[in-house]
Amino acid sequence: MGVPRADSPFRFVSCTELREVMGQRAMDEQRLLELIEEVPADSIYYHTHSYYLRHAYAQGLFPNDFATWVALSAHDRVLGERLGILDPFEFDGIEQLRGEILAILSEHLSRIKIIPHSTTGEPFEFVRSHVIEADLGLETWTLREFRDALADVEVGAIYNHVCEARLRKGRLSGDFAQWLSAEDGLGLQELAGRVAKVGCLGLSLEGMREQIVRLCDRELAT
Amino acid sequence: MVGMLEQYRAVAPQGTVDFLRRLGQRVEGKRMLNVNSTRHGGGVAEILQRLVPLLEELGVQTRWEVLAGSDLFYRTTKSFHNALQGTKQRITAEMYEAYLECNRENAKRLNLEADVAMIHDPQPAALIEARPEGSRWIWRCHIDVSTPQRSVWHFLRPYVVRYDAAIVSLPKFAQRLPIPQFLVYPSIDPLSDKNRELTPEEIDQILARLGVPRDKPILLQVSRFDRFKDPVGVVEAYRLVKKSHDCRLVLAGGTAVDDPEGAEVLAEVQEAAGADSNVHLLLLPPTANLEINALQQAATIVFQKSTREGFGLTVAEALWKGKPVIGGETGGITVQIIPGVTGYTVNSPEGAAFYAKRLLNEPDRMVAMGRQAKEYARHRFLITRHLQDYLSLMIHLG
Repeated sequence: MGVPRADSPFRFVSCTELREVMGQRAMDEQRLLELIEEVPADSIYYHTHSYYLRHAYAQGLFPNDFATWVALSAHDRVLGERLGILDPFEFDGIEQLRGEILAILSEHLSRIKIIPHSTTGEPFEFVRSHVIEADLGLETWTLREFRDALADVEVGAIYNHVCEARLRKGRLSGDFAQWLSAEDGLGLQELAGRVAKVGCLGLSLEGMREQIVRLCDRELAT
Repeated sequence: MVGMLEQYRAVAPQGTVDFLRRLGQRVEGKRMLNVNSTRHGGGVAEILQRLVPLLEELGVQTRWEVLAGSDLFYRTTKSFHNALQGTKQRITAEMYEAYLECNRENAKRLNLEADVAMIHDPQPAALIEARPEGSRWIWRCHIDVSTPQRSVWHFLRPYVVRYDAAIVSLPKFAQRLPIPQFLVYPSIDPLSDKNRELTPEEIDQILARLGVPRDKPILLQVSRFDRFKDPVGVVEAYRLVKKSHDCRLVLAGGTAVDDPEGAEVLAEVQEAAGADSNVHLLLLPPTANLEINALQQAATIVFQKSTREGFGLTVAEALWKGKPVIGGETGGITVQIIPGVTGYTVNSPEGAAFYAKRLLNEPDRMVAMGRQAKEYARHRFLITRHLQDYLSLMIHLG
């Protein structure tokens, strides 16, 4: 049996984000809640997903900006932990994720008498991002080619095909898994299933890259 | 011949150079104009000296024009600079007029034709009055204008709002404006004398010349002798560390010529240091890039214990050299230090001492943190990322 070859190639498209300051800032958790209700979805996306692009290599205290700010600036570790465990990959849309963040914040604020505020003087600043894509001109037809390209590609491509594909473009399993399982792709259902789950492990983008390359290596060895 | 951009392949994150070329294709042939107030000296000129040829190499036709002005103009813009950063200044009607007159004269003298014009800082901001039809104008504000002297901001604001967009270095530096404000962190050039890799021999020679022995761990802070940088707090932290760990403290920096407080602060630091031969106060000229580089590479731990800070690029410089940084929880330091990963943020000399002791006690942790620090700087604070941001903005503005 020859090496499986896709009918349609996988094309790597990388991206970067242009950040826009919204001029809205919260100095305490009540105002944070109000602004999370109001700001555009792009801003919720930025503070919960763009983290992965900003921390492609090194991970911070918590994997979203809300959790990090309440823990470090408002010194509210309990709320930080409750928001920090949120996995954006468990939600099918940004509004669902926003709803969950608001529910946690409201419930937390209803239990405490004094509203925690920034003790460092650093407010929570709302930002949103505009994603700028660039096709890398890199096409792969076989699993070996895919694996080798993935190991070397610019990290923004991993963000684009895993995070952007899922929540802003509605391709829930992510582009890699979709191509690996597709009939005109490689038709590797099991591998695709394992690759789709990598996004939910709480890894950095470099960690995701490493894990997917490892899964491909295992598949290639069989 | 290898182009300048190719030289960054070895130091930028993998795939970055190819990605930049792809982004460049999307704006190839566009004409970009930069205008600032000086070609030499200062962070803006330093970064433009590299960015302009790199943009050219990516196919963007890039020009860099510099204002020409009278002494009164430069005195006025220096006062603007201080006033916009919150230090009260007296600015006369004659000074405001000198500012406008200089901008009008430069508008006649300079070729302002471009698809995208990036106007740096307040000095050339009023050039917007001469903006040619059909071009996109961006005001690139490198300073913290979050708490300005209102009268100066009210004077400048009508010019700023006529731009298509503004760029700030931190979200907190943004003002309320009816135009989009984009966030672009400043960057360091990993190939410059201040940041390139030095050989062990070079480091030894430079430290010997500076009179700093390498016989024990070195705690270092590089900054002006300015109260907001809290050099006295750093000496206090060192004293607390010294109780249990034999180490040296190096405070390296200069005082700005227009800063009379600098000499006063230096005297306070000298008094705090006393006769301790393990404390080294180094007054370095602004051109001492290799010396600063060598000190950062020789340091065991780097402090940036500011109580108020702009972006604080000395943190990125130290991270790039693989050093954990203990920094004040303020300004841009908080985006550069990931607590427990690339360093620690603190609010007191005691906090700084606590974390310095922890790191000295755990050399393995320090090495791991240094490795993370370098990678974080590689992804976030190198000039290649800066270039990526500018190209993205050009693409976004169309």
